[in-house]
This record gives sequence, C-alpha cells and structure tokens, in this order.
Amino acid sequence: MNSSDASRYLSTRGAPAGLRFVIYAVIALALMYLDQRGRWLESIRYGLQAVAYPIEIALNSPAAAWQWSKEVFEDRAALQAENRELRQRIRELEQLALRRQSLERENAALRAIATPAVDVVEKYLPAQIIGSEFNSQQQRLTVDRGAVNDVFDRQAVVAAGGVLGQTMRVGPWSSEVILLTDPEHALPVQILRTGVRTLAVGTGRRDQLSLPFLPLQTDIRQGDRLITSGLGGVFPAGYPVAVVTDVKRDGGLPLAQVQARTLARVDRDRIVSLLWFTPTHPAAPISPAQNMGGDPAAKAIDVAPPSATPRGAAPRGATP
Amino acid sequence: MKRWSLRRRAIVGLLASFVLQVIPLPAVLDWFRPSFAVIAVLYWSIAAPGWGGVGLGFLMGLALDAYLGVVLGQHALATALVAYIAIRQHLIIRNKSMFEQTFYIAGLLLLWQIVVWIIDGWTGHALGSWTRLLPIVTGTLLWPFAWEWLGGDLSRSRR
Repeated sequence: MNSSDASRYLSTRGAPAGLRFVIYAVIALALMYLDQRGRWLESIRYGLQAVAYPIEIALNSPAAAWQWSKEVFEDRAALQAENRELRQRIRELEQLALRRQSLERENAALRAIATPAVDVVEKYLPAQIIGSEFNSQQQRLTVDRGAVNDVFDRQAVVAAGGVLGQTMRVGPWSSEVILLTDPEHALPVQILRTGVRTLAVGTGRRDQLSLPFLPLQTDIRQGDRLITSGLGGVFPAGYPVAVVTDVKRDGGLPLAQVQARTLARVDRDRIVSLLWFTPTHPAAPISPAQNMGGDPAAKAIDVAPPSATPRGAAPRGATP
Repeated sequence: MKRWSLRRRAIVGLLASFVLQVIPLPAVLDWFRPSFAVIAVLYWSIAAPGWGGVGLGFLMGLALDAYLGVVLGQHALATALVAYIAIRQHLIIRNKSMFEQTFYIAGLLLLWQIVVWIIDGWTGHALGSWTRLLPIVTGTLLWPFAWEWLGGDLSRSRR
C-alpha cells in the first residue's frame, strides 16, 4: 500500500463532522418516527427481510453443516436405538389416536352435533429455524417460511410439547417468530385444574413465564398445567403451554408471584410447525374484536353459515 | 509482505464485524458478545476519520436495525453519535496510551448502549436486564486487540 493512499484518510475531510452528524441524526429520527407511528415502512421492511434471508441462511450454515456431519457420521447402533425409540413412540401415539376418535364421537354425541367432528387444525407446515435471538429484551426465532408459503402475521407456532410463539413480520421467504418467553409477549391461558383464566407474560429468560395478574387467594400450586384459553385470536383453546414451577404468596403484595416453565421443546431437528385453523370449529381462536362484541361485522360472522365465513386467515391448498 | 489497501482492509473488517455481531450464538455467549460492529466503526473513526466518517456509523447502524428487526434508525442514531464523537476527538484518542484509550472506548460504548436503551424505552420495547451492560465490559477488554488486528495506528506506521 502506498502511503498517499492512506494519508488522505488520516484526518477529516469535506464538510465538518458536526454538520454531517446533525444531518444523519435528523434522518435517523425521521426514520424512527415513520417506522413507529406511520407504519409507512412496512413494504421497505418486507424488502429488507428478502435481502436478509440469504445472509441468515449463510450465517446459519456452520451450525447446519455441523448438524449434517453429525447425522452423516452417526453410529449405526445409536441410529437403531433411536429407531426403536421412535417406533415405541408411534405405538403410544397410535393408542392415543384410537382413544381420541372414540372421545370425539362421545363429545359430538354429548353436544348433539350431527356433523362429523372436524379437526381444529386445518393444515400445518413444518418450518426450519434459521436464526435465533435469546436475550433479556428479545426471545425470537427466524424460520424459513414466509409469504410465499401463505404464512400470515400473528400465526400460531407450536413445537413438540406445546405452544412456542406466534409469527410477527412475515417476509417473502422467512418470518420472525416471537416466543412466549419474549418480555413483549403475553398469552391468555387457563389453569387446567381449576379453569381460572389469566395471562402468561414472557420474562426474557429461556423457558420462563410469569403469571403476574393472579390475586393472592387464587387456587394455584406447583405442578399445575397451563393451557391456552382460546382468547386473543391466535391460538385455539386447549393447547398445552407451561407447568407452574413456583408460587410465592407474600402478604405484603396484592398479587401472587407465579413462575412457569414452557413445555414446547425444539429438538435437534430444529423444526417447528405453523398452524392454520378451521375457523368454524368451536375450539378455534376467538379474535378480540369478536370477543368484545365491539365490531358488528365480527358478530355477524359468528352466526353466519360456515360457507359464508370470510376469514381470510386460513388459506387452502398446498398441504405440507 | 504485500499489504491490502486501506479501503479493502476496512471493508473486509467491517463486514466481518457485522457478521460477528449478528451470527447466532448460544444464550450465555450472547450475553457477553461485545458490540463488534460498533468497535469496528470506532476504530475507523479514530484511525482514519476521513475514510468513512459519520456516514459509516450511520450505515452500519442502519444495517443492524434492518437485520435485527428493531425500529429503523435506532442503532443508526446511536452509532452515528459515537462515530461523530470519536471523529471529533480522534487526535486526542489516537495519541493516548492504550490504557487511557480503553477508558474513552468504554465511555463511548456505554453512551451507545444508553442511546439504544432510551430509544427502546421511547418506542415501547422491553428494556432488558443488567446483562445489557456486559457487552460494554467485553468490548472494552477487546479494544486493544481489535486496534492491533484492524491495523493499529495508521499515522504512525506510515512514517
């Protein structure tokens, strides 16, 4: 390198740095204002997510390569053991499925529903995790499915064991998933044993939820299971969410301090599932608008025949 | 030994710092991850203030905003601010001993974190816990090494 090349840059040139900084600061503040208030930057964000997608894939590639090489060189005995385990698991699940059919029939009979029971999950789509961020401000994942796969904003995401989170900011080929444990996420839940409804709020710590809105005398104890209550418009009722790990009752505080551990487990395949629901199913999520009864159009949807339900949220076709 | 030109070294270093800043890490390592991108911007602001200038900080911050999915302009403002201060003070910082330099860097990294934190508050995002301060500590400890790796004092080696 010749010295004249570098020495040009060793001191400041052109417009004074102060003026430049003021200009950039104004641009930054204007961007923040537009992004926060106007939501005018949605289409720019969509484009940025498209640009970020190959970078995310590239950054994830070392981890993916490591995973792949581990799979390739896996021991034959270990594979056989895993195979046995999986067969056993399938047998158990088959037993459960058999029992479920009879329960569904019984339930339909009890509720006097003539139509055959349909599943609340209309369709699911497996998605691979290509990025993650776990810190005290954000608990997020990036998955490799986006608008081209009909993924929509505020879509339910589950993993083995229970509810994982919901989509936010859907890009063309990837989407961001906000986890239950994100401090900005709150999920309407129900205590399975007592039916009490409350909110489970993320803590920013992995697998940890807190239930900050329960009065002291609430009947809740360690080991209680939490399920989704079906309110909030994202998750259907009855999905497993978490197990209560700690209940503190301090006489000096009006509310009990309850901690819970989430049940969703992302296994080594790093696969999660995106769900589409049958909007006419009784367990389907109720949107806040319908729940409050504030929107007359939403009320009309409730009583309309199934064929007329104009919920745009559940695209058809393209089964996984 | 043939050395890369200043521009090429700067671009490669800045890209590498961005990758290190955003590459997925296990949660515990993530807490201690220094703000590589900010450190790289600070180096170029101090060692060659005429090359990137305040705009370099702004662009690096904007790239972080876009990639992290936070409100656009948040990191851009914070990074442009620390780049501006580093450029204003570059002669002073450059001529300090490494021990004294790290104090300036710690201050700038703290300022950066405070600006990001304030904007988190304004835009209604979670403020996080005290673990947000850990990258300042690790970043300050990294500074002497980063200074050498990225090229050291260019004005001195050139003479």
